Amino acid sequence: MNAIVAEGLVKIYRSRKNEVRALDGLDLTVEEGTVLGLLGPNGAGKTTTVRILTTLLRPDAGHATVAGFDVVRQSQQIRRVIGLSGQYAAVDENLTGRENLWLFGRLYQLASAEARRRADDLLEQFGLADAADRVVKTYSGGMRRRLDLASALTGRPRILFLDEPTTGLDPRGRLGMWEVIRGLVREGVTLLLTTQYLEEADELAHAIAVVDQGRIIARGTADELKAQVGGERIEVVVHSRDDIGRAVQVLSGAAGGGAAIDDHVRKITVPAQGGARGLAMVVRDLDEAQITIDDIALRRPTLDDVFLALTGHAAEIAPTSDDHAPAISGTKR
Amino acid sequence: MTDFRQALDDGMVIAWRNLKRVPRIPELAVFAILQSIMFVLLFAFVFGGAIPLPGGASYREYLMPGIFAQTIVFATATTAIGMTDDLSKGILDRFRSLPMARSAVLSGRTISDVVYNAGILVVLMLSGLVVGWRVHTGVLEFFAGVALLLLFAFVMAWIGVWLGLTLRTVEVTQQVSFTVLFPLTFLSNIFVPTQTLPWWLRPVAEWNPASALTAATRHLWGNPNPFAASGLPAEHPIELTLIWVVVLLAIFAPLGVWRYRSMSR
Repeated sequence: MNAIVAEGLVKIYRSRKNEVRALDGLDLTVEEGTVLGLLGPNGAGKTTTVRILTTLLRPDAGHATVAGFDVVRQSQQIRRVIGLSGQYAAVDENLTGRENLWLFGRLYQLASAEARRRADDLLEQFGLADAADRVVKTYSGGMRRRLDLASALTGRPRILFLDEPTTGLDPRGRLGMWEVIRGLVREGVTLLLTTQYLEEADELAHAIAVVDQGRIIARGTADELKAQVGGERIEVVVHSRDDIGRAVQVLSGAAGGGAAIDDHVRKITVPAQGGARGLAMVVRDLDEAQITIDDIALRRPTLDDVFLALTGHAAEIAPTSDDHAPAISGTKR
Repeated sequence: MTDFRQALDDGMVIAWRNLKRVPRIPELAVFAILQSIMFVLLFAFVFGGAIPLPGGASYREYLMPGIFAQTIVFATATTAIGMTDDLSKGILDRFRSLPMARSAVLSGRTISDVVYNAGILVVLMLSGLVVGWRVHTGVLEFFAGVALLLLFAFVMAWIGVWLGLTLRTVEVTQQVSFTVLFPLTFLSNIFVPTQTLPWWLRPVAEWNPASALTAATRHLWGNPNPFAASGLPAEHPIELTLIWVVVLLAIFAPLGVWRYRSMSR
């Protein structure tokens, strides 16, 4: 049984000057009780997809169902069974944590007393009990995210949408968030998670859909995607930047494909052939060419490689102004 | 019926949320009141002496009903900024993803802003008493005047909702609100009797909704209420105010709702 189905979603943002095809025929399905990681760089269409599936935005073409309900015609039914936690902590920073949860509980149509109990439970569960009566303005980034996620859970949703739940969190905050998300998945929630962190998708999702320029360009488990990109890689860090060009030539001879070059850290990555023996050959060739190296390693492909292979450009980790500016609803997303 | 009940409940929950925020950002209310008090002081003690009223009536008694109306007109900006703030912080998105009555965000906002205005009016009326303003009629007339002010505040809140959702950013909303609202209050009978205006500006000032409201409350409370010419604005200010309330509400409530709905486009 599929909890989420999207077929041929198209969304075009028009402004006076130009037209942006944010979604260009996006298809996806999420089976009930599983986690789909929607992986892509900024501007790939992840947030737009989430906004359509959570009834915030109408698609220009294509259709989608969530829990069997049509996102356009049966939006109110969908809202009863979903929870949404956005990229931006959409909680009221002038209310306390407890007041926020009570507010959202009431709007999920819980009776006042029930909303109060639910708020208490969630504050406890998310480690916010001590800060419950403090105004959210005083919360740390990690606490805000947890409160935001707790707000999405006040109505006990069956299907949860998390749009970049850890963007902007420090490593500790991220690990904490992962723990919370894993807990939810154990309880059987269906989860659609967007992320630009490859390891996050690897860590949390059963299946991964790679999205680029408004389309799904690959789909599978993390292992399947890695296999799609081929086997192991050889990674070489040369000592001098001037040697990069020559090193690439040497490596191309020994390798089974094109080289990826990171100028900044003087790192060259090529698909490996012949395992450890291939590595030994590369070392010898480089030595013969009198190229000094700082480091050389054989490693299994990461999702970063998947991304590079599929899209022709590396996954952007650095936030750009676009995706992270405070949301002016509807204009960009 | 259950739909109506839910709309009412959800609207109240949103209104509760908006009002809960007021003491958390005390600067907003404090400066709204200080701004009005500044106008009272400025006009009562600085400009007022140079503005003669026909028959030598008390300028301060003339001024205060105008100040109340002006405060309510300016509160439109507060509503608009509240909406853009919720929009830009993603709160509106959160609300729109919840199974709540669609009308509640807007009805809750307009209701809470009427309550907020009522609170501000109380403070201003007390300040008015200090500078010499009095109600010369009965309790009934007093409350009728207050009711008109709050009814007008409700209409202005709908205009604010539409403005906020149309302009979308706090900065632009701030700018635009005041370029629209200042002339609306100054091109009126709030500070100067319309007799002092050039003949062609008089009808504009006299038919101005803010003037109608001011004249209506002056009339109800027995405060000086001079008019340059006879006609509907002079003779039936209460009726004219009610007409404006209906007309403006009929225009701006649907516009606001339409803006809110089209957020999903």
